Amino acid sequence: MTLLSAPVEYVPTGRLRISGLPRLARRHPLVVIGGGLLALLIVLALAAPLYAGDPLNMDPFKRLQPPSAEMWFGSDNLGRDVFARTIFGARISLMVGLLSAAGAALGGVLIGVIAGYNRGFDNIVMRVMDGLMSIPTILLAIALISLTGPGIAILIVAITIPQMPSVSRLVRSAVLSVRERPYVEAALCGGARLPKVLWRHILPSTIPSLMVQSAIVCADAILTEAGLSFLGVGVPPEIPSWGNMISSSRLYLAIAPLTVFAPGICLAVTVLAVNLLGDGLRDLFDPRAKRRRR
Amino acid sequence: MNGPLLKVENLTKHYPLGTGFLKKTIPVIRAVEDVSFSVEAGETLCIVGESGCGKSTVARLLMRLVEPTGGRVLIDGTDIAGLKKDALHAWRRRMQMVFQDPYSSLNPRLTAGQIITEPVENFERLSRRQRQALAADLLRKVGMSPEMMHRLPSELSGGQRQRLGIARALALNPSLIIADEAVSALDVSVQAQILNLLLDLQQQMGIAFVFISHDLSVVEHIGHRVAVMYLGRIVELATCEALFARPVHPYTEALIAAAPVPDPTRVRLVAPVEGEVPSPINPPRGCAFHPRCPLAVDRCRIEVPPLVPMADGRVVACHVRAPATDIPSQPAEVGDHSLAHVLSLMIRS
Repeated sequence: MTLLSAPVEYVPTGRLRISGLPRLARRHPLVVIGGGLLALLIVLALAAPLYAGDPLNMDPFKRLQPPSAEMWFGSDNLGRDVFARTIFGARISLMVGLLSAAGAALGGVLIGVIAGYNRGFDNIVMRVMDGLMSIPTILLAIALISLTGPGIAILIVAITIPQMPSVSRLVRSAVLSVRERPYVEAALCGGARLPKVLWRHILPSTIPSLMVQSAIVCADAILTEAGLSFLGVGVPPEIPSWGNMISSSRLYLAIAPLTVFAPGICLAVTVLAVNLLGDGLRDLFDPRAKRRRR
Repeated sequence: MNGPLLKVENLTKHYPLGTGFLKKTIPVIRAVEDVSFSVEAGETLCIVGESGCGKSTVARLLMRLVEPTGGRVLIDGTDIAGLKKDALHAWRRRMQMVFQDPYSSLNPRLTAGQIITEPVENFERLSRRQRQALAADLLRKVGMSPEMMHRLPSELSGGQRQRLGIARALALNPSLIIADEAVSALDVSVQAQILNLLLDLQQQMGIAFVFISHDLSVVEHIGHRVAVMYLGRIVELATCEALFARPVHPYTEALIAAAPVPDPTRVRLVAPVEGEVPSPINPPRGCAFHPRCPLAVDRCRIEVPPLVPMADGRVVACHVRAPATDIPSQPAEVGDHSLAHVLSLMIRS
């Protein structure tokens, strides 16, 4: 037959290419703004010992000082450097936010994928998840922390667990919609084993929504940590954290407003950066948006 | 090798409706009911029938994408329904499937090369170079240029995508390919190319096909033998020439009569069947076709007709046209009845 030798035209089309930063900025300004802001905050927090003073050093003679060359944001009621404490506080907030998001994503993916594939597991675990969702995050976290006493590790765990249901539901629904696609059946026909099918064909399609959800979880975790610390059940009080700072300085708001506003504004900016990044990622991964651009 | 490559015995699949929690009887959809056939090496068996008659379920049962309710599927004499995970994994190499929809059957995130080499990589490790050589080889086999291996499915046409689907099925050098409506999503001109490709591959590599279609012109073009399904059962199984030259079962007759023929002068001898396919949840008693059948007699409403072998080797399930010989006194009577019935029908029309 002539078919096998039939000419097949080759039209070079644009292959998927990792676009440069300027192009990304033009198409998805939110990703660049949010990501850039977040990256800046992370660098500032990591490099804190290089330029900020000691956040724990108390000086009773310099209590509630206005901003000066020595202490840029002034000092708090125990004479500690507010600027240093704000910068070091970013470490706690970012660590809690990122680790909680990572933990919730990991646990959520694990639960969601298994629930999407195993009906028995699905029925039991998703009901547990529904139950978890009905408990207010802060209450659940307070209950967990009161079991062990305050500490950063237990704080992260306590914030992560209430976030897992939303992630696992999302992943489960994505798995359910993908597992019936013919290409998944085709992979099974080709002799692929289940773990490989999950890893290669099912998980990648959950990543876009997972990234967006993780950003939301991250912002939420940062706020929860601040809330818990403000309530006195979060990070131990001597460790600088934005929630702790706002909590202990709120009585001196009229005398030294920066002691509250500095951590408060940082908190707002961080959460804003994470949310912008999440919004931008949603647009970036939306296949319909991609088609519209072409 | 002795015996047929694929032998299907009394294959049955019922889908329960709902979970039946606290209910005594669960209604079931009788998707496939007591289907038996065999396929020789290098042969093409076509399965035809209306939408919802269980054709695709048969394909999925053969690939063991769904578990059968009853019956056996034998490959070279081995029952695949009894196979454990590892044995099933090894057996997948013998039999591959080409899917209906060339759009949804390819993972949109993988390149053409990754898609077609994946089956081989499930069984052995390939170096980068081996993988590229394999992809180029497979693409050439299905008439595509090797440069295409870096393309994503979204950058290919429907025909090219279906060629990829075929290349993926060829990757493991199977003895049998199940094509479930493999060309029905394509334009007619592309259909012809893909069908010719399948015929070429069959000649070159001796692959057997189970070709599932609702399109009789396609079946006539590529089939060696044809099984006609109606509501989950095979009603007639014959060689392609015999079936199209002289259909025996009234449903086959109606199907062939209903297919458009590009000849305006042709007169339809058989009235096309009227009405809808009955629901497989509550199929009619007796012969499932009797509510629509112009020849139906009382017996058809009571008794399910068995598949009866005829003189030319075909099997037909019809009380009127192919009466079972093991029942004494009945055949002649029924035969007479059928002749009179057909005559009266022809006079009427």
